[in-house]
Amino acid sequence: MPELLQLSVDGLPVSAVVEPGRTLLRVLRDDLGRTGTKEGCDDSECGACMVLIDGRPVNSCSYLALQAAGREITTVEGLAGPDGVLHPLQRAFLEGGGIQCGFCTPGMLISALALLATDPDPSVDAIRDGLAGNLCRCTGYQPIVQAVQRAAAEMRGEAGSAAS
Amino acid sequence: MTERFAAPTTLSEALGILAADRAARPIAGGTDLVVAARQGRKPLPESIVAIHRIAELDHQGVVDGALVVGGLTSHAWLAGSPDVSAGWTALADAASIVGSPATRSTGTIGGNLMNASPAAETTAPLVVLGGVVTLRAAGAGSRMLPVASLATGPGQTATTPAELLTTVTVPPTAPGSGSAYIRLEYRRAMEIAIVGAAALVTLDGDGRIAAARVALTSVAPTIVRAPEAEAALVGTAANAATFRAAGQAAAAAARPIDDVRASADYRRAMLVVVVARALAAATARARGESIPIPASRWAHGQEV
Repeated sequence: MPELLQLSVDGLPVSAVVEPGRTLLRVLRDDLGRTGTKEGCDDSECGACMVLIDGRPVNSCSYLALQAAGREITTVEGLAGPDGVLHPLQRAFLEGGGIQCGFCTPGMLISALALLATDPDPSVDAIRDGLAGNLCRCTGYQPIVQAVQRAAAEMRGEAGSAAS
Repeated sequence: MTERFAAPTTLSEALGILAADRAARPIAGGTDLVVAARQGRKPLPESIVAIHRIAELDHQGVVDGALVVGGLTSHAWLAGSPDVSAGWTALADAASIVGSPATRSTGTIGGNLMNASPAAETTAPLVVLGGVVTLRAAGAGSRMLPVASLATGPGQTATTPAELLTTVTVPPTAPGSGSAYIRLEYRRAMEIAIVGAAALVTLDGDGRIAAARVALTSVAPTIVRAPEAEAALVGTAANAATFRAAGQAAAAAARPIDDVRASADYRRAMLVVVVARALAAATARARGESIPIPASRWAHGQEV
């Protein structure tokens, strides 16, 4: 039996009528038109579908949408400010070559956001651990790790000091 | 296809649904159940009881020296708890290498145990540490079962469909003890054990092994104790030769299979190494030496 699902996505209350077996990713992309979040492997291996549920990282491809009722979902579409100004992570990825084809980027950004929320000054190892559930086949990861370091420095108020 | 879905907020409500609806299956984080469905291995249940909103199942604490956690306790909590790292270190080793940060923040200890995978990360540590689960069913009260007796085969448990795992209790270890869990892995993240071993070592005043428990992951239909290895350790000096001999003795408890991840022969060969490393890490911790968590990373390149 389909059920009414109400939740908040990137700060806005939204609703959809959802079959119990439907995943959060399908609801975000197909029912709510939020196609920023990507479907990669569709079984939790690649991390392209990563969103935050009440601040915790979740593979939305493998999470039942109805389990997210009443929760606050953060997707890549919620990162930039209302005026379109990019989040420091987005800017660092763009400027540092952390993006090539771009398909993994929404998930990388969300995992990085979750990491920096708990560890504002992560070591390289901590960044690699934080992004360990996200696969990228283009960059070789190094520019992504550097972009997270750079964004973290900027978010700590040390803009320009960590560009190495 | 899933026809029915409920997300109760109380334990009694959840138990009522599980008792009344024979097709109902509980889901916590969904990191096994939904992933298996996405991979086409097993369809979602006809009826789902989502237990993730039940506050009674989401508690963590140390009571009379024992670790007592609700079934909804996440791997992230276990990995980050100073109490777990200090007193039940093998469990912290295991929880901190489950999946990815997303898996660890979503997946639960109750789900990990009840999914009954022969590769379940937290089971071998809980077996050596003497963990016990509490099961509840509507109208039937509660019963306790050692973690070692919970799984009866791959994906099979000694529970009834009406029962819900509510609590995991782990007693304190004896003075002079240390524990560790080591996993052989092809990659660090989103990985399960090719072979794994948990060890609990208790040293006497002379530094010899007074007691030892060893449990093996991914080498049998369930996670098993290795009594031959344990017997080979007691009374011996805790050194690399002893650990290696125990690793060889552990093979008696292993019934590995060939599968996509490794051959049975490779598992048998690596079991010796993994058991020896788990014993080395547990012994070092029993001596008060600092072995970082997860011990699996420390183990790479060790001589044993």
